Formats: sequence, C-alpha cells, structure tokens
Amino acid sequence: MASGTELTPTSYIDHHLTYLTTKVSEGSFGVLHVDTLITSLILGVISFGFIWLIVRKATPGVPSKSQAFIELAVEFIDNEVKNTFHGNRHVLVAPLALTVFVWVLMMNAMDILPIDIMAWVTENVFGMHNWKIVPTTDVNTTFALALSIWFLMIFFNLKVKGVGGWMHELFCTPFGKNPLLWILNLLFNFIEYVSKPLSHSLRLFGNIYAGEIIFLLLGMWAATGVSGTIFGSILGAGWAIFHILIVTLQAFIFMMLTVVYISMAHESH
Amino acid sequence: MNINFTLISQALAFSVFIWFTVKFVWPPLLRAIEERQKTIADGLAAGERGRHELELASQRSSEVLKEAKQRASEIILQAEKRATEIVEEAKRAAKDEGDRIVAGAKADIAHEMFSAKESLRQHAAQLALAGAEKILRREIDAKAHADILSAIEEDLK
Repeated sequence: MASGTELTPTSYIDHHLTYLTTKVSEGSFGVLHVDTLITSLILGVISFGFIWLIVRKATPGVPSKSQAFIELAVEFIDNEVKNTFHGNRHVLVAPLALTVFVWVLMMNAMDILPIDIMAWVTENVFGMHNWKIVPTTDVNTTFALALSIWFLMIFFNLKVKGVGGWMHELFCTPFGKNPLLWILNLLFNFIEYVSKPLSHSLRLFGNIYAGEIIFLLLGMWAATGVSGTIFGSILGAGWAIFHILIVTLQAFIFMMLTVVYISMAHESH
Repeated sequence: MNINFTLISQALAFSVFIWFTVKFVWPPLLRAIEERQKTIADGLAAGERGRHELELASQRSSEVLKEAKQRASEIILQAEKRATEIVEEAKRAAKDEGDRIVAGAKADIAHEMFSAKESLRQHAAQLALAGAEKILRREIDAKAHADILSAIEEDLK
C-alpha cells in the first residue's frame, strides 16, 4: 500500500508484515517493535482504564449497565478460575486471568479491523509508514506473556512446594520414585517445562498470524478488478465473522492455560 | 519471527497491567459483588423466615378462631340454659304471687261473708224481734213476758 514503488503481491504482504522498529542497543536483540508496544499499551490503558473507571464507582446495590457488563465478564472468568484453582484465587490468579483475557482479547480484536484501512490511517493520519496494528501477531508479545506466566509458575512451584518439594516432583513424577527412573522423569519434566511456554505462546501467535495472512491474501483479490474486489470483500467479511470466534476463543484458551499452569504449580503430586 | 527487545518491554507492560488489576480493579469489584451476594442471601433468608412466620401465624389464628367458636357456642348454650331458668323462675314466682293474691282474696271474701252473715243475722234477729214485739204488743204484756223475750233475744244473738 502506497509504498511509492511498484505494488506486487510480495511487496503488499511484506509491507503489512513489517514492523516499525527502533534500535535501543546493539545486536539483533536490541531492536524494539514500536508499533507492537504502543498499540498494546494503548489497548491495555484503554481497556483497564475503562474497567477501572467503572469499578471505582462500583456499588453493591443495583449496578449500572456498564458495571453489570464488567461484572458479567469478571464473574465468568472468576467461575472458570474457581473450577480450576483451589486456593485463594483473589490474591493473584483471578485478577491475572482477567488481565490476560481482556488484554489478549483486545489485542486479538485488532485483527478484525480492516487491515488496509488501518494501514491508510496510520500512514496518512499518524504518518507511520509501517505500523502493525495487531500486537499478538508479534511473537514477542505472545512470548512475553507466556514467559511471564512461566516465571510465575516457577515462582509458585518454589513458594508452595519449596526447593526440595519441587526437586522431588521433578525427579519422582510422573513415572515413580525408583532411582532408575529419575533421569527419565527429569527428561520428561524438562520437555514439559520447555513445551509449556512454547505451545502457550505459539498457539496464540499462530492462530492470529494465520488469520491476518488470510486477510492479506483475500485483500489481494482487489488487484483483479471490480468483481474481484467485491468477491474478496464478501470472503473477507465471512472470514472476519468467523474470526470473531477465533479472537475470543484464543483469548479464552490463553487465559485458561494460564490458570491451569499456575494451578498445577500449586498442586503437588 | 525475530525475538528482540520487544519481548522485555511487553513483559514489563504485562506486569504493570497485572499489578494494576490486582491492586485497583479486582478488589473493589469483588467487594461490591460479595456485598450484593450477602444482601441477596440475607433477603432470601428473611423472605423464608417471613413465609415461615406467616405459616405459624395462620396456624395460630385458625386455632384462636376455633377456640373462639367453641367459646361462643359454650356461651350461647349457657345463655340459653340461663334463659330457661329465668323463665322457669319467673313462672314460679308468678304462680306463687297469684296463689298469694287468690288466698288473700279468698280470706277477704270469707271475712266479708262472715261480717255480712253477722249483720244479716243481727238484722234478721232485729226484724224477728220487731215482728215479735209487734205481735206481742198486741197480745201480751211486755212486762210479763220480758224474761221470755230476753231469752229469745239472747238466743238470736
């Protein structure tokens, strides 16, 4: 879009998959995706600020419509947490689940906004040539979330079971206490602890990224003329409607896995 | 797929949002919800209690009603009994009174009759005496027969 040079399918897709970057230090790790960070921060501030504004005036009497809406979401999440986590969930786990669900849902939902219109807006209104509007299509975001939760999981393993208890669990589960099985148990647990953040983050990333790619591919129908544009629009609308399900479902799955991982850290075998 | 500093910044943003939710979003809402749940539970309990009390009260009222009905019928029965008693008493008193009046009247009549007889007798004696006097005045000397006359007079008295 509006890159000035010749527009080919490759350059179209490339353009949409390019981040607005800035260098904060040397090396490839020193790069910062400004668009991902700013978009996610804006979404977080808007959604949590909105919730906070309503919650601040929360009344135990007859709730306002907005309070009822927030309570609906909160009680839905609280119920899910209650079924999985058997401790005092109000200290951290339930609010954590709310944070994860709301933030991931908002970031995913950016995928539904028409991708080329948003690109036009960011370029012509805000003057940003490259601006990826969906933070969860950035693997850094999903890894950041999954790794934060992974560290919380390790933290709760140590806090609840102690170093000895956790070591016992690493060596003696799932196959048994026999010293011959220790290595096998450890290997098994190692794979589990590695695969947890990987599957946690890549599932979300993959679904949303694939959704965005399909929007881009459908957008290329516009290159074939008016009838192609109309056809592409119809397909795009269908995919967007289906994507409402994926966006919500992925946010829900991400939240549920968060709760499950942290619950597992609390329960000893 | 390039891992870079964005990961750190996103993790920081995430922890700030978690902190914010834990600190400012969750507690007031939870408080409001729990308080409302308590209010609702209290209301339901109060309703249940009220229903129970209503049941008891209706039971009590029906008992009281039954008792009152019983009392009323007892009172009516007593009153009827008393009424017949009063009527009987009145009848008896009236009869006594009548008897006494009749007896008084009879005594009066007897007295009147006696005094009438007495006066009749006297009248008759005087008449007879007067008759006899008239006859005797023509035939006999009053003085010669005075003892006979006084004896007759004595008899007639």
